[in-house]
Amino acid sequence: MAEKVLMKGNEAIAEAAICAGCRHYFGYPITPQTEIAAYMAKKMPKIGGCFLQAESEVAAINMVYGVAATGKRVMTSSSSPGISLKAEGLSYMAGADLPALIVNVQRGGPGLGGIQPSQSDYFQATRGGGHGDYRMLVLAPASVQEMASLTVKGFDLADKYRMTAMILADGTMGQMMEPVSLEFPEAEKVEKPWATTGTDMARPHNIVNSLFLQPDELERVNFERYERYAYIEANETMYEEYLMEDAEICVAAFGIASRVAKNAINEARKQGIKVGMIRPITLWPFPVAPFAAAADKVKSFISVELSMGQMIEDIKLATSCKKPVTLCNRAGGIIPSPEQVLEAIQNAAKNGGAE
Amino acid sequence: MHEKRLTILCGHYGTGKTNVAVNLALSMRQQGQPVTVADLDIVNPYFRTMDSADAFEHAGIRLICSRFANSNVDIPSLPPDLYAITDDKQTRMVLDIGGDDSGATVLGRLAPAILAEDSFEMWMVVNQYRPLTRDVPSTIEVMEEIAAAAGLPFTGVVNNSNLGEETTAAHVLATVDYAEAVAKAAGVPVVLTTADVGLTPELTGKVPNLFPLELQKNKPF
Repeated sequence: MAEKVLMKGNEAIAEAAICAGCRHYFGYPITPQTEIAAYMAKKMPKIGGCFLQAESEVAAINMVYGVAATGKRVMTSSSSPGISLKAEGLSYMAGADLPALIVNVQRGGPGLGGIQPSQSDYFQATRGGGHGDYRMLVLAPASVQEMASLTVKGFDLADKYRMTAMILADGTMGQMMEPVSLEFPEAEKVEKPWATTGTDMARPHNIVNSLFLQPDELERVNFERYERYAYIEANETMYEEYLMEDAEICVAAFGIASRVAKNAINEARKQGIKVGMIRPITLWPFPVAPFAAAADKVKSFISVELSMGQMIEDIKLATSCKKPVTLCNRAGGIIPSPEQVLEAIQNAAKNGGAE
Repeated sequence: MHEKRLTILCGHYGTGKTNVAVNLALSMRQQGQPVTVADLDIVNPYFRTMDSADAFEHAGIRLICSRFANSNVDIPSLPPDLYAITDDKQTRMVLDIGGDDSGATVLGRLAPAILAEDSFEMWMVVNQYRPLTRDVPSTIEVMEEIAAAAGLPFTGVVNNSNLGEETTAAHVLATVDYAEAVAKAAGVPVVLTTADVGLTPELTGKVPNLFPLELQKNKPF
């Protein structure tokens, strides 16, 4: 086993991307993810890669579009306001079926908001963010190790399904330091016969474009794309269940919120409260099945979020509103405390689950 | 411990300068000396000396810190009482400098007064488990960049090699040769080898100048 190193979440993303064969990074600095760009700036020139600080986020995402069209692995990273600027490019990439890795180390919003951690871009990430009918793969790491491993996974999934994959982290995940092993399983080699690599006068031109002149052709492409999305929903969902076997209360949390929730759950268990957690690792596709199954067993759900309540809507959809779902949250860059989550669990237990 | 008035802690970002600074200040204060900590990190907006403000107040340690630390003001800013570092000679000073040469640029402004007073240590905090300073040449490269930006020479190396909460005594022992080699290449001694206080029994007598650290436990996440 390879020796571990101590890394910031942001650094782990950058190093894992290099391990995954990414040699093209385009970005524009923004707190709290600037270490990704700084790491790439230091490393890429040494390994024959390209680091480019673009003149803006809009420029950076269009550079990503260009490299993706050639079939090379490419990424960009930003934080909330910067992702909004990239939304147009993300829609164009979806329309052109281009794979790339997008990193969003979220900060409090809306607007310029602040630089402290947040999860309030859940809607933006899971509902597209840009215009048109499209989806992005959204991966939510909850440790520095996962920041690395899900980065590699994100590249693999993006290539496999010809779409963008997003790492949806937050400022604390980006800044915190933990030991990491940088050994990853070998990626499946994905052929890209659609890439614009030069015809050598031996094949017809490949064209990468999101403009369709005939509406029926555009409709056909949309329907085909959604067949692919349905396949992904059926096959690529990832989640972790924690102490759910006998749980009467189900906490739902992802990323940094799941770490806080775990501490609260451990404390609640000591007090004899039967509580567990489902932690979605893919936010799209959302792990509908475990929530639907839990809805037949537990008395209530608590969604712990660093937002005004966004994932809670997916929980209600996944459970067909069979059981009450309450929100335990902080916003604006503040992380809920284990005590706050514990209180929410205790209240749910007191109310026999229903509030 | 040494008797110089100023102790300046520099290093690659993420090596644990702030943890060392906090522990160093608390230990000086326990010896009854007036101590001030100056957080001059203009690089990192998260996990700052500011996080220990309550512990400092309790121990009677003054904190000089940007007014905007731990806020949403995302600009490099220095504390208004910056010059107290060199002007107020009644207190010992622990300076927590931001990562790399960009963080050390702040020192350039203070360097003439620091050199004139001539009572300082400038220590390079190293962690061999950080990916960009795994070997001696890469560490020396960062060290030279910092010294050039600071306009001050290093006088020692602090071996703060650790793997966070997974650190064992074996992890620390495995880095002793690295720290000695860095120090030798820089022409300075290894002044401290740090480790969580829980590892003290296993490390006593086996590493140069062991300095136990009280680290924050029971994190909320």
